[in-house]
Amino acid sequence: MKYRNNFLREVEANVEEGEWVKRCMQCGVCSGSCPLGPHWDHPPQELFMMIRAGKREEVLSSESMWMCTSCYNCIARCPRELPITHIMHGLAHYAVRLGMVPKNQQTQKFAQKFWNNLSKKGRVNELKLGLSLYFMNGFMEGIKTSLKMQKIGLGMWKTKRMDPMEILGGHGCKDTKGLQAMLKKASEIEAAKKVKV
Amino acid sequence: MAKEYSYYPGCSSQKGASSSNQLRSTQAICKELGIQLNEIPDWNCCSASIGYAGGGELPRLALSARNIALSEKHHPNQDVVATCAACWLATRETNDRLTENKALFAETNEALKEAGLVFNGQKKVRHMVEVLIEDIGFEEMKNHVKKPLEGIKIAGYVGCQTNRPFGIDGESFENPVYLDKMIEAMGAESIPDYEKKVSCCGGALMFSEPEKSQALVKEILESAHDNGADMIVTPCPVCQMNTEVYQEQINAKYGTKFNIPSVYYSTLMSVAYGQTAEEAALKGQMIRATKLEEIADK
Repeated sequence: MKYRNNFLREVEANVEEGEWVKRCMQCGVCSGSCPLGPHWDHPPQELFMMIRAGKREEVLSSESMWMCTSCYNCIARCPRELPITHIMHGLAHYAVRLGMVPKNQQTQKFAQKFWNNLSKKGRVNELKLGLSLYFMNGFMEGIKTSLKMQKIGLGMWKTKRMDPMEILGGHGCKDTKGLQAMLKKASEIEAAKKVKV
Repeated sequence: MAKEYSYYPGCSSQKGASSSNQLRSTQAICKELGIQLNEIPDWNCCSASIGYAGGGELPRLALSARNIALSEKHHPNQDVVATCAACWLATRETNDRLTENKALFAETNEALKEAGLVFNGQKKVRHMVEVLIEDIGFEEMKNHVKKPLEGIKIAGYVGCQTNRPFGIDGESFENPVYLDKMIEAMGAESIPDYEKKVSCCGGALMFSEPEKSQALVKEILESAHDNGADMIVTPCPVCQMNTEVYQEQINAKYGTKFNIPSVYYSTLMSVAYGQTAEEAALKGQMIRATKLEEIADK
């Protein structure tokens, strides 16, 4: 245990746009503007206060920031102009880095799959992403979801908005090598900047 | 002479992908309006607003910076233009942040070097509707109408990311009217007071939190229906998909009877410009827009 609160400084150093957190004046407009507001255990302004109060474990293991739909309502309305959407993404990413995300967090799983899918060939393969998503909670769940989504899938295929051949490879960048080297370098630069806690 | 732009189509508009019908209808209206879209060679995904779990800030910025760098290299003097809301948002955000922040600018360029590219920050990143409104204008959009869409009432659903945080045409975030003006220019009736005009459809969380997101879409559909709309028109691929393809599941859950077509503004304009159902991408509708088909077939 420490007497001085370092979590705010940790967030400022290691979380995307974290240096804005201390500017929050607790008005609650962000929470009132959020389309999924009722589903957040701790709405954004509460998370900001919890960061200032040093509640590290509770903030980073919260499901709250995973409820962000990226609608930018909070950003558009915040009287102090905090980039709240980005701070939520930043907190979520930081929780992943530290392995503090609650088990089976659905948006975390989907968001990770999305990233893995795009970083492979530089472009998203919608078919593979969709299928991996159906099966992300196990085989039996996957069969159930597939059956539930069957009509939509069929509709997308009939209207030429889904191509079953994408399973064999599909769209991608030509310079995947350069793209992957670039992403690796960017990750290295970012990792080197993180302050050890 | 055609107006030329450096075009960033994005993953979902590729052949056989979910918004390929947006690309087709956009090409149809561009042909009519003398706009030439030059595809950025070897563009990559912008990571949308959902890549953040796996990708940190700098890798995500590098992705969009690569697209802008490719545009600078191959299409100097042409603005970057995107049709997808998420593509536009991510690319413009990156452009703004890198030109405002020297450290991020340097770090991103260090990463880009690995791909043999340089980001200079000399591009303007624009949405297709900005091109239509600012470079073509409402009057000129109207001048090309061959079949006015008379008798069709349309809920213009702007959604989130074509509105916030940047805004279009300097309009308010709470009640922008550019889409209503485009609908009116095509001869259809708009609903400027459509209550759910800028509400969120759940975005990518439709996949991970389907029940919560479908509850949002239900309200968007309900409001369109109660305002007497024949169809919904939107500029965004995610809004289009979310408002169209889950209607049956929503009906099953809530006991509603929604069957409201949801089309892109580009499909609407293509029909008004006298193009065929094929060119207007009407065959890409899971819920057929029969009123538009009738006009297209006339």
